Amino acid sequence: MALLEIEKLSLSIGRVPILKAVDLSIGAGETMGLVGESGSGKSMTALTLMQLLPAAAKATGRVTFDGIDILAAPEAAMCRLRGNDIGMVFQEPMTALNPVKTIGEQVAEGIRWHTGASRADAEASARRMLDRVGLPEAKFPLTRYPHQLSGGQRQRVVIAIACALKPKLLVADEPTTALDVVLQKQILDLLRGLVAEDRMGLLLISHDLAVVTDMAERITVLRHGEVMEEGETAPTLAAQVHPYTRQLAEASMHVPARPNRHAAHAAGDNLLEVDAVVRDYPGRRRSLFSPAEKFRAVDHVSFSMKPGQSVALVGRSGCGKSTLARMILALDRPTGGDIRFRGTSLTAKSEAELKPFRRNMQVVFQDPYGSFNPRHTVERLVAEPLHLLDRQPSPAERRERVAEALHEVGLRQPDMDKYPHEFSGGQRQRISIARAIITRPKLVVADEPVSALDVSIRAQVLDLFAELNQKLGVAYLFITHDLTVARAITDEVMVMHDGRIVETGRTDAVLDDPQSDAAKDLVAAAPDLKRAIRRRMVEQG
Amino acid sequence: MSAEPITPAASEGSFLSAALSNRSFVAGLIITGLIAAMAIVSFVWTPYDITRLEVANRMQGLSWEHPFGTDHFGRDILTMIMIGSRNSIAVAIVAVGIGMGIGVPLGAWAAARGGLVDEALMRFNDLVFAFPALLSAVLITAIFGPGAINAIIAIGIFNIPVFARVARAGALAIWPREYILAARAAGKGKARITIEHILPNVASMLLVQGTIQFALGILAEAGLSYVGLGAQPPAPSWGRMLFDAQTRMMVAPHLALFPGFAIVVTVLGLNLLGDGLRDVLDPRLRRER
Repeated sequence: MALLEIEKLSLSIGRVPILKAVDLSIGAGETMGLVGESGSGKSMTALTLMQLLPAAAKATGRVTFDGIDILAAPEAAMCRLRGNDIGMVFQEPMTALNPVKTIGEQVAEGIRWHTGASRADAEASARRMLDRVGLPEAKFPLTRYPHQLSGGQRQRVVIAIACALKPKLLVADEPTTALDVVLQKQILDLLRGLVAEDRMGLLLISHDLAVVTDMAERITVLRHGEVMEEGETAPTLAAQVHPYTRQLAEASMHVPARPNRHAAHAAGDNLLEVDAVVRDYPGRRRSLFSPAEKFRAVDHVSFSMKPGQSVALVGRSGCGKSTLARMILALDRPTGGDIRFRGTSLTAKSEAELKPFRRNMQVVFQDPYGSFNPRHTVERLVAEPLHLLDRQPSPAERRERVAEALHEVGLRQPDMDKYPHEFSGGQRQRISIARAIITRPKLVVADEPVSALDVSIRAQVLDLFAELNQKLGVAYLFITHDLTVARAITDEVMVMHDGRIVETGRTDAVLDDPQSDAAKDLVAAAPDLKRAIRRRMVEQG
Repeated sequence: MSAEPITPAASEGSFLSAALSNRSFVAGLIITGLIAAMAIVSFVWTPYDITRLEVANRMQGLSWEHPFGTDHFGRDILTMIMIGSRNSIAVAIVAVGIGMGIGVPLGAWAAARGGLVDEALMRFNDLVFAFPALLSAVLITAIFGPGAINAIIAIGIFNIPVFARVARAGALAIWPREYILAARAAGKGKARITIEHILPNVASMLLVQGTIQFALGILAEAGLSYVGLGAQPPAPSWGRMLFDAQTRMMVAPHLALFPGFAIVVTVLGLNLLGDGLRDVLDPRLRRER
């Protein structure tokens, strides 16, 4: 008898069908990977078995957990189950913790509620649990507040809350998507250890096939609310019998074609020169009268780029790569050092003097939902940088240029009059790219441009970046923590760590044979689907 | 990533249907509409002439000729309430206009500049907030003399920090968004970004605050008129009517009842409207309905 048995689960919200006859089972101590793209119903499956669905949702079928019929269970029974027998880890550690309660209170809360333990006893077990997730007493007393912890540490607290009562089943919904690769590996190792020690079942929801292969014995592939394929992870992904599984696997390993990749930047002057750039931020004041301590986000960084070159800036979150990007885009001023674009220094220029330079450098952001004003049409959004031209185009010319830019990123002319919310994440990222190339810039800075996208969409957007690099000769500065992106699309890579560039070189060379510790950590932690499948095949014989 | 965020309800069409299915919005709209209609009608037609005193008919009870009775000069109460509503609405509109017209640019400027400008403006704001509004309004009208204009200015001044604060708070939440960064990368200046991106995104908050301030403005005007610092006789105003009725409460309670009722209904209607608007304009609340 499996621990969790889902049979013919169908779910609809209002009149929209979300899940169609989903079957899934997890045995005690088994890890099941649930993969699929945005909107495939992964999270809704998890919410169904926690009975945390929105009020308008209607579920039919059977969900049996440990002999209890979940769909028929009254709310009181579910309250006893949640947090006690089923634990849940959420995606976003920044919002999954209550900011006004200490971590000790938050871990102890569930313990006290379910076991009726006294405050002291509950805090003692909370302490033990936090030790187990790698937050030792000496550095992380129970009285810490969430804002005093980093993203990875917060996710450890969330895991401590979920596992505090040794649940039989742990549901982890994209537990590492918001973290960088090194933290991702640490959190996954932690989860694997906890699950093995306490013989928990684990439902791991992820869009990343490599992560799932690393973690799960069995895999379920979900698409549009239907199960496409189910089976042992490694054979399923190696054989790729189902076309959708193959499509997903291929998209995860996709490398765009870039025939003349090294031709572009063989000669010529430097497009961009960054010279010993420093950026300090005022830190927290210890007391009212002592001067604020400085925090050095970027520390004497120097590099240069040729026209048409594609360079990756990789590093863990918080290493200063986004700060550096902002300074290059002249959105933030360096504390020291110099940034030169085509030989002219940008650092002391006024906004008016920067205009001709801004025309030649544009930006693509990570979040396809946050990078547009929701109240403007696509035409107006894409046309925004046209304001940098010396001669303002007429409305007709403006429309024509917008249409052209949309065409270049694979969108159609009628899309011009729509609003951003009418597009999917991938389409929005295309609009974002259209906005960046409409002034025909020489340099595009892309800050994690594909990390919020599904694998198949990510492959398409990477293709688009590669194509535009070939066609328009745009130079790219790609900021990412994802080495597969760096490998797919860049010629050179710079590894940044604690505000410094610690390693530079040809992309293949650095990623295949990293020299610095920071680069080694990144490479070792990066999930790699081929390697993961091979390892699992060996393990299982 | 795993759950596609539900897009906020789409276009203007669905705004209307969402608004009409919101009970407090509809109730507020109807009440406010009736009061506004009453004020407009009073320009072209009133049951009686307000300036003619018929002392013989003084303090009559409710009748078909005088549905709300007559006051101590024999004037028709219904007529006075209708004309008084003009005064209340005009004062509130101009006061909210002053508050928005000065407060919103100040707040948006403070949010855009940050640093010392922000700090100085907001501390000055706190200073204005620290005075009880009505007390200071009494002070202003006492210095510059009583009258509708001075009452408007006094109430308006105390609306400025309210709007400045709302505009600043809303703008601060929008500034770090990536589309603002993108606009800056497109070379747009702070003033232009404020007009094109910031203000449209805080407009709904300001609109809701506007209806609430409108209601407070009507209350404040009634308060000032009550103590004799608002509209001066013979122009009727609700607060003044309450004051006149006070000494005759025992003999003719209806004299106080109807103007009081008018104030309560108007403020209630505007508050309902503001509440409903907030729910309708906030997509998160709308989805749960």
